[in-house]
Amino acid sequence: MSAIQEPFSDGASTVHHLDPRGKIVVAGLFAVLIAVSQNYAAALAGLALALIWLGAARLPLKKVAARLLVVNGFIFFLWVVLPFTYPGDVIWRLGPLALTRQGLLFTGLITLKSNAIIIALIALIATVDVVTLGQALHKLRFPGKLCHLLLFTYRYLYVFEQEFHRLVQAMKIRGFQPRTDLHTYRSYAYLAAMLLVRSYDRADRVFQAMLCRGFHGVFYSLRTFSWQRRDWLLVATSLPALALILYLEWHHPVLL
Amino acid sequence: MTEPLIELRNVTFSYPGAPFPIFQDFNYQVLPGKHVGLVGPNGCGKTTLLHLMMGLVRPQTGSIVIFGQEVKTEKDFIAVRQKVGLLFQNPDDQLFCPTVLEDVAFGPLNQGKSPAAAIEIARATMARLGLTGFEDRVTYKLSGGEKKLVSLATVLAMNPRLLLLDEPTAGLDEATKHRLIHILNDLDVACLIVSHENDFLEHTVKECCQVHGHCCQPLPHHEGT
Repeated sequence: MSAIQEPFSDGASTVHHLDPRGKIVVAGLFAVLIAVSQNYAAALAGLALALIWLGAARLPLKKVAARLLVVNGFIFFLWVVLPFTYPGDVIWRLGPLALTRQGLLFTGLITLKSNAIIIALIALIATVDVVTLGQALHKLRFPGKLCHLLLFTYRYLYVFEQEFHRLVQAMKIRGFQPRTDLHTYRSYAYLAAMLLVRSYDRADRVFQAMLCRGFHGVFYSLRTFSWQRRDWLLVATSLPALALILYLEWHHPVLL
Repeated sequence: MTEPLIELRNVTFSYPGAPFPIFQDFNYQVLPGKHVGLVGPNGCGKTTLLHLMMGLVRPQTGSIVIFGQEVKTEKDFIAVRQKVGLLFQNPDDQLFCPTVLEDVAFGPLNQGKSPAAAIEIARATMARLGLTGFEDRVTYKLSGGEKKLVSLATVLAMNPRLLLLDEPTAGLDEATKHRLIHILNDLDVACLIVSHENDFLEHTVKECCQVHGHCCQPLPHHEGT
């Protein structure tokens, strides 16, 4: 079984049935808007909107939480560093370290914004499988080369992974056990090098096989997208919500 | 005399860094309407010969004429690949779409067929090979034999005039081999089959050639029943 999975792309919720093009556009606008926002009101409104989308997508919450934990693992390091290094009013001292009020607020804002964007992307983008995503981006007139890059990266990720497992198995059946010695390091180096060489070769052969079947740089899709009333509904409800976030951002209501 | 489907004239080819060329002043003709077996020891150039015909590697000197047209550039070979199908030795190299149906429809779509027509062709080809019901199976989770048959379907879906098969029986069990023999014998397409299995060739081809550096030497061959 492959370790590369798309746990959120299978589902029967309204969000899964939405046209991927609409979801990409809305998620893109949302991400940009939240990323540049500077105040808590906008970030909180964004988080609320993202949670509504997440609710509508009816995803397994345990898996969503696991994803968020990974993201917040990175944000944890911001909490370790930023509040102590951001200039501002000192509210607490620990030896040479000074905790500032502005630092705390700033880190909190980053945490809110990151989570809002990730939740929105999980709800809107992760509910589309990668192949469809590539095709939808293509239909949205994204540069063809970028779409192919996405699709091929995805495709060869599997190849890479399969080669890796094959090599690891080949090592295991000859009694390889990782230890802390030169033999282990050398074997791992060989593994990495061989993985690179073999994946490159295999990618080459896959490409040749595609050429033999008439591939000439254009992906045709069996999938047809149909824009329906529910897609208008997504756009019609999202745009006012995004406008509200923009309004909150401009008017700087003091929340804290 | 009938016009050969493929003709290699004075072709010289060597892989970069190889001490001596695989083919030197190599001449060979594939005539229409025949199944021909290609045999020879490992490394004698059987696979390379098929790759030369598909334009996956290019000869250093000499010319390749396919369907009466000399082919030189990538553009020429793009046209050739619409009419000549190559079945790779390893089906894992050939299958790359998530589902079987998408993979079989990939070729017809490249030929400019509409999605609906491509799906119809794919389904018909799969039915011909006894693969009905495989449409939504995931390609990398098929068994070895199934992968081989699906690979063959992806090539046949393009309705080739000539089929190049690179060790089609590698890793197949007896039952799948017999299935393959029946499929190939029912095909109304010229086939060039590279194989190490005399038994398989006896049942599928009318003549066999041994691949050498200069030519393909016809071998005495007894057709099986």
